[in-house]
Amino acid sequence: MSETVMDRAASATPKKVARRIRGLSDRTIAWLFVAPTVFLLLAVNIFPLIWTIRLSFTNFRANRPNAEVKWIGLRNYERILTDSDIWLTMQATAHFLIWTIVFQVLIGFTLAWLINKKFKGNDLWTTIIVFPMMLSPAVVGNFWTFLYQPQIGLFNYVVAFFTGADPASFSMIGEVALAPWAIVIVDTWMWTPFVMLICLAGLRSIPDTIYEAAECDRASKWRQFWTITVPMVLPFLMLAVLFRGIENFKMFDLVVQLTGGGPGNTTTLTSIDLKREAFEKWRTGFSSAYAIILFVTVFGLASIYVKALNKVKER
Amino acid sequence: MKTTQLMSAAALTAATGFAASGAQADELTLCWAAWDPANALIELSKDFEAESGHSMSFEFVPWPNFADRMLNELNSGGKLCDLMIGDSQWIGLGAEAGHYVKLNDFFEAEGISMDDFIPATVTGYSEWPKGTPNYWALPAFGDVVGWTYRKDWFEMPEHQAEFKETYGRDLKAPETLAELKDIAEFFQGREIDGKTVYGAAIYTERGSEGITMGVTNALYNYGFEYGNPENPYELEGYVNSPEAAEGLEYYKALYDCCTPPGSSDWYMSANIDAYKSGQVALQMNFAFIWPGVNADPNVGGDKSGYFPNPKGPGGHFAQLGGQGISVVSYSDSQDAALEYIKWFAQPEIQSKWWELGGYSALKAVVEDPGFATSQPYAQTFLDSMAIVKDFWAEPAYASLLLAMQDHVHSYVIAGEGTAQEALDALVEDWTEVFEDEGKI
Repeated sequence: MSETVMDRAASATPKKVARRIRGLSDRTIAWLFVAPTVFLLLAVNIFPLIWTIRLSFTNFRANRPNAEVKWIGLRNYERILTDSDIWLTMQATAHFLIWTIVFQVLIGFTLAWLINKKFKGNDLWTTIIVFPMMLSPAVVGNFWTFLYQPQIGLFNYVVAFFTGADPASFSMIGEVALAPWAIVIVDTWMWTPFVMLICLAGLRSIPDTIYEAAECDRASKWRQFWTITVPMVLPFLMLAVLFRGIENFKMFDLVVQLTGGGPGNTTTLTSIDLKREAFEKWRTGFSSAYAIILFVTVFGLASIYVKALNKVKER
Repeated sequence: MKTTQLMSAAALTAATGFAASGAQADELTLCWAAWDPANALIELSKDFEAESGHSMSFEFVPWPNFADRMLNELNSGGKLCDLMIGDSQWIGLGAEAGHYVKLNDFFEAEGISMDDFIPATVTGYSEWPKGTPNYWALPAFGDVVGWTYRKDWFEMPEHQAEFKETYGRDLKAPETLAELKDIAEFFQGREIDGKTVYGAAIYTERGSEGITMGVTNALYNYGFEYGNPENPYELEGYVNSPEAAEGLEYYKALYDCCTPPGSSDWYMSANIDAYKSGQVALQMNFAFIWPGVNADPNVGGDKSGYFPNPKGPGGHFAQLGGQGISVVSYSDSQDAALEYIKWFAQPEIQSKWWELGGYSALKAVVEDPGFATSQPYAQTFLDSMAIVKDFWAEPAYASLLLAMQDHVHSYVIAGEGTAQEALDALVEDWTEVFEDEGKI
């Protein structure tokens, strides 16, 4: 009798895989493979986190290794939560986060929508728009400090051209009312292209057939925009907001270069304040508690946001 | 024959070199800020290399990052620096954290006496605890905040006439802070040679130490004290005295009336730029810049004059700058580093240091009859060094400094609250720091 296909397949299939190789069980082998990663994760992430939590209950200072370390309970947390300056820093961070996200989403989406139209030079415009995000934040900060100079800065001359004001009469980074907006403007200039690219990916993922069906149903452009474009781009947009939110929460270099956190404490964001506490004042215990509070805040907000994002994606 | 001669010469040179260095030539690294005096020190140190056989390398960090970079190095027990010209405020930390080698025995063995140096520099750069004969550095670079002014603008007949008519006195270097403000106000917004100029470039920088180094020049002279002279950590009523608040109000008034637009975050280099580019009539800055101003083709020579920080209603002081040179305790070449200090302390080396643009703190140099006339700014340097006062040198100086930066900048530049409120808040913060330190 000739050999069938099934017979050949059966003979090619190896006999039951041995459960032990050189005396090691599958489970042991699996652990051997993942152990280096687990070890690295524990050493680089988990151990420092646990150590930071421990330090946050002490008065430890890293620049005084010989000094006695005292257990002070919740004193650091109490100090942070009752410190009006830290609350002002949180406020400044919230202002920066909210306005940068609002502007970047609005402008980024609009630019993506315009770029998505087919027109001549479309690719060139995309490249030009994307250019700012390719620069280093420190370079951008330095560059904009010159643009904002009251006597020689281009920005003041542009504003003066439209408003008729004296260019030397206001200082974007030197005045309390203007400095927070000065950093919002620069961050928006730099990172709107990022939001635009994500929105563009979302817009290009919408099949033309959906719009064709809507046309057949005689839906207006406005209705198509609100019932097709926006809902289908929304998950992409929310992802962009998540990325920008996390990035801007830890914003440091751009603001340090632009305003140094001033004037006064007007543009001191939490990351700048934390760095000063930890590595300039060397209040290690205090700054550990500060870092834990920020970590819990960001983790909590991000978790809620990711849940909302998943719900939108499921729709 | 030629080869034999060359080899003999090489062997002789090597032998001489070894003999000069005692036993072994070390490679020393000296750490300091990246500024003009550092370049002068490189030049000066060539003599040390030739004499000792040791080779020198230098690690210079720009001022804005100097403290961050170097204190990290010290705190981590790094071996990069054998010699450190650290800021005067670091002495307390350097001594208590064990970063610096105590130099008393070395000074005694080598016959180096602190009595040979300007007393204020010994207190400011070398001693910890202050006022005790415990030395952790040799005064290396004497510096102080003073003023530079556009002598050529002052001397213009139309300015002389208008100033006299307005203020009833001659336009000349001011003697009081009130006079200084009048002059700054006079030049603010004035057109000179077709260009709008401004009154004064003053320290307003927020991130490191700038505004503190500026505002203290007004605070001291209105009556601010770091504490009760009888009880150093009793701050209430001294730091925030009504007179001190008046001094802070003065500095804010000077900033509001008489500085260039956008000068809300200026320190040493921004002030130099503003002055050299002809934007301001007066410039507050540390004395180290004076040789550079004097040599500048636009503002140097007769175009500029120099004067010490003017007196106020509560006294006559100026903020001390400058640094001492210390041996880092983590260095593997401590003997060679001490050899450098011994060499640097010699009067002839100190004299050359002054000639190259470094400010010697050795009495033998500054009390030399020819010193006051050796440079146009030499007398101003002497007058200024006679009135110096320094910031805290406590181990926790950074916490004290940053608290002051915050409160003073918030009031002077951002216009938040009142001067009294700013100083009251400063007392609160400083008290907390000293409580944490176990000092009160």
